[in-house]
Amino acid sequence: MLTYTIRRLLMLIPVLFGMTFVVFFIIRAIPGDPAQVILGQQATKEAMAQLTEKLGLNDPWYVQFFHYVKGLLSGDLGESLRSSAPIKDEIWPYLAATLELSLVAMFIAIFIGVNAGIISAWFQNSWFDYTAMILALIGISIPVFWLGLMEQWAFSLELGWLPSTGRENVRDPVEVVTNLYLIDTLIAGRFDQFGEVIRHLILPSLALATIPMAIIARITRSSMLEVMRSDYIRTARAKGMRMFFVVYKHSLKNAVIPVLTVIGLQVGLLLGGAILTETIFGWPGIGRYIYEAIGFRDYPVIQSGILIIATIFILINLVVDLLYVAIDPRIKYN
Amino acid sequence: MTKPILQVKNVKKYFPITGGILGKKIGDMKAVDGVSFHVNEGETLGIVGESGCGKSTTGRMLLRLIEPTDGSILFDNQDLRALPKKEMRKVRRNIQMIFQDPYASLNPRHTVEKILEEPLLVHGIGDATERKKKVSEMLEVVGLTSYHARRYPHQFSGGQRQRIGIARALMTNPKLIIADEPVSALDVSIQSQVLNLLKDLQKEFQLTYIFIAHDLGVVRHISDRVGVMYKGRMVELADAEKIYQNPLHPYTQQLLAAVPIPDPEYYQADAQAAIQFGTLPSPYVIDDSWMNIESERDDLVEVEPGHFVACRLK
Amino acid sequence: MPVLAKRENETNQLQQEEAVSPWREGWKSFKKNKVALVGLGIVLFFMIIAVFAPLLAPYGINEQELSIRNNPPSPEHWFGTDDFGRDIFSRVLYGARISLWVGLVSVSGSVIVGCFLGIIAGYYGRWIDTVISRIFDIMLAFPSILLAIAVVAVLGPSLQNALIAIAIINIPNFGRLIRSKVLSVKQEEYIMAARAVGMSDGRILFHHVLPNSLAPIIVQATLAIATAIIEAAALGFLGMGAQPPQAEWGKMLADSRQYIIQAPWTVLFPGIAIMLTVLGFNLMGDGLRDALDPKMKN
Repeated sequence: MLTYTIRRLLMLIPVLFGMTFVVFFIIRAIPGDPAQVILGQQATKEAMAQLTEKLGLNDPWYVQFFHYVKGLLSGDLGESLRSSAPIKDEIWPYLAATLELSLVAMFIAIFIGVNAGIISAWFQNSWFDYTAMILALIGISIPVFWLGLMEQWAFSLELGWLPSTGRENVRDPVEVVTNLYLIDTLIAGRFDQFGEVIRHLILPSLALATIPMAIIARITRSSMLEVMRSDYIRTARAKGMRMFFVVYKHSLKNAVIPVLTVIGLQVGLLLGGAILTETIFGWPGIGRYIYEAIGFRDYPVIQSGILIIATIFILINLVVDLLYVAIDPRIKYN
Repeated sequence: MTKPILQVKNVKKYFPITGGILGKKIGDMKAVDGVSFHVNEGETLGIVGESGCGKSTTGRMLLRLIEPTDGSILFDNQDLRALPKKEMRKVRRNIQMIFQDPYASLNPRHTVEKILEEPLLVHGIGDATERKKKVSEMLEVVGLTSYHARRYPHQFSGGQRQRIGIARALMTNPKLIIADEPVSALDVSIQSQVLNLLKDLQKEFQLTYIFIAHDLGVVRHISDRVGVMYKGRMVELADAEKIYQNPLHPYTQQLLAAVPIPDPEYYQADAQAAIQFGTLPSPYVIDDSWMNIESERDDLVEVEPGHFVACRLK
Repeated sequence: MPVLAKRENETNQLQQEEAVSPWREGWKSFKKNKVALVGLGIVLFFMIIAVFAPLLAPYGINEQELSIRNNPPSPEHWFGTDDFGRDIFSRVLYGARISLWVGLVSVSGSVIVGCFLGIIAGYYGRWIDTVISRIFDIMLAFPSILLAIAVVAVLGPSLQNALIAIAIINIPNFGRLIRSKVLSVKQEEYIMAARAVGMSDGRILFHHVLPNSLAPIIVQATLAIATAIIEAAALGFLGMGAQPPQAEWGKMLADSRQYIIQAPWTVLFPGIAIMLTVLGFNLMGDGLRDALDPKMKN
């Protein structure tokens, strides 16, 4: 197991390197001159040439790449062209916002998805089963951004129940410590604001949770049906055990593996969906940070932002893979 | 008359064993470790051994479906190992193979006609009408009808599928057929039918067989000579009669004792009479310690004419 | 041949049975699956709409009538009008063309390139496999929509470039699928048998490996079209795909979102159209999976 973990970690190195390489080149392939972007349309030729030199853009690409990788290895993500601030100081609040949103969404997805799947399987072919599975089918087919818009329209613009944008009540902010507002408000002891943060979280996290929720429900249902058909459940049933709880416990255990798979697969969707959700709900997360950087041609931010998301993504996938091996004795690691 | 069609000398197959973080090679798995034998034209050589003894690997190496690590294979006085890939493919017209599992060895998405026609296409034999004709002829030969040609493998029983596999092997008029446990996946009631078919075909088409099996019982009906393999080595090789009447190697004796007797009460006396475990002629001795521990093993020695046993001089 | 008479085959009851190809069996079980048939129906419905949009649409795609801006649904304008007074019903019909076009073309592109790379990697193995697999790993390390945005950022925002971006991001999915399928088919005894017959690598690939890998590709492709349609709409929504005045569903959503309070129908109908199309392909894909490749079920 340890050997396997080490081998997987070693295998990450070429992937991370290749990723950096790809991002580096994509960014350089984006049309537009960074110096022009910084200095604006009225810039003189001399000023531009000076800045180009200063940014190291006259060096051959491999020298630039070398400097970039060297910087990355020492924790330097570069400087934002727009704000001139080091990206590593600037990025955490955005990252935290996305993290909070994604975690809440994933929690909702797993909680509702697993339970709906189990109940559907238990009452197979009942009205609950049909409704849940039809909803799940619609759920995987719904575009996140449209769902977000409709939620916003119905629950905040028409009914006025929930706020439509932002993370908190901006007129009365609490002191920022971790940038995870659910925690910050608790640290500050501001339970009114804690409730506000939750109210802000509901709509975007529901939108973001829909697809993973639907997939988890479907997978849980089918794996549970398999469990129910298995011999040991039949035996237990023949013994007259209180079946629902027996099966519930067993299938929860059995649902862990498929749910893990989905988490692994959906983290990408979640991070990608975050860009869209964040755009709609004015959520100041990493997705919007990158998206706005593209609009401003803020190359270092695009570059490092994408790299960070991709790194998080593959690390989560690695953890999921390792958990698999740890949990399921049938999966061999070689 | 007894001209060898195939001569195999000291053929080896080692598979690397890997381990550690970087997956480095840490040793060899000696699947086949220096096997030599020859097959005469028109005869059947049975190769017997338990699963994992290297008999199937040996069979596949003869066609270079698995590349040998070492040794030489002479077919019609041509060294197969020296041939470039393309030439080797042409040789396969003359050496064909029948596989163990008739469920796995037929492409599920091809009709029987396509399966049988393909060898002809590959070797550029005949035109479309000739090929069609040959397909239906061959189906008749193996006991099916041309009506079956348009069906798919999953529509046939195991025995019928194996007949299709046999027909495929015969399509190019090969000289040598390597039958890799051709009946062991079939029901016992059907095994003898297929074995009889193979015997008939041998007469009809003057075929040479290498017949691989995991027990001596099946091989008995069909073989002229029998080789017994154990742990990647040949331990005894002799005329079929001698192997059954006078087995010299302890492993062969073990295998023979394991052959089931159809009706013990009826056959007991006969069987006892038939199996007389022989003893080696005087100067030789068998060191069978390797059967349990990994120690040096002896080479085959011809202890009487045509009877080879792995042993050494006293 | 005298021996013929003696040989009898063990069962002759098959004589009268029809030849049943694996594909026909698949279609038979697909036909029994009502949900899948609904999916097929939806897909066909939208295809007909896409093909006959000019005949079906009551108004022109960019026919503006500023006097009826943001009007609610009415007998003249079934889905209402947008901010330019354009008929939303007509634009939704035309939108089917764009979405299906992008879905079908981009996925075809990914299938072709992905299969090519996957087959090479799976069949030849060794260093080629290592290189191709690592490239796939790297591409899959990016959340797909992010990669698509990056590609569009390089190529410039347009419908065509969105299509290319979507095709690119889906390549590794097909590549990996085919690679693993080739690896497992390669182990089958009938491939060994094909080699024993004397077949060349090329013939084995195209006559044996590929046909036996086709079922999962078809399933995956159907599901991928669903995803591609959403991705195209998402890019359109972000302003990185279709450009005005193209009637692309995602772009229509983005353009009318500021009028969502006065004219919610401008946002409602394009979204429903996306959802239904995607649902159709998803249902069909699920049905195909159950029919063609029962083992693939998650």
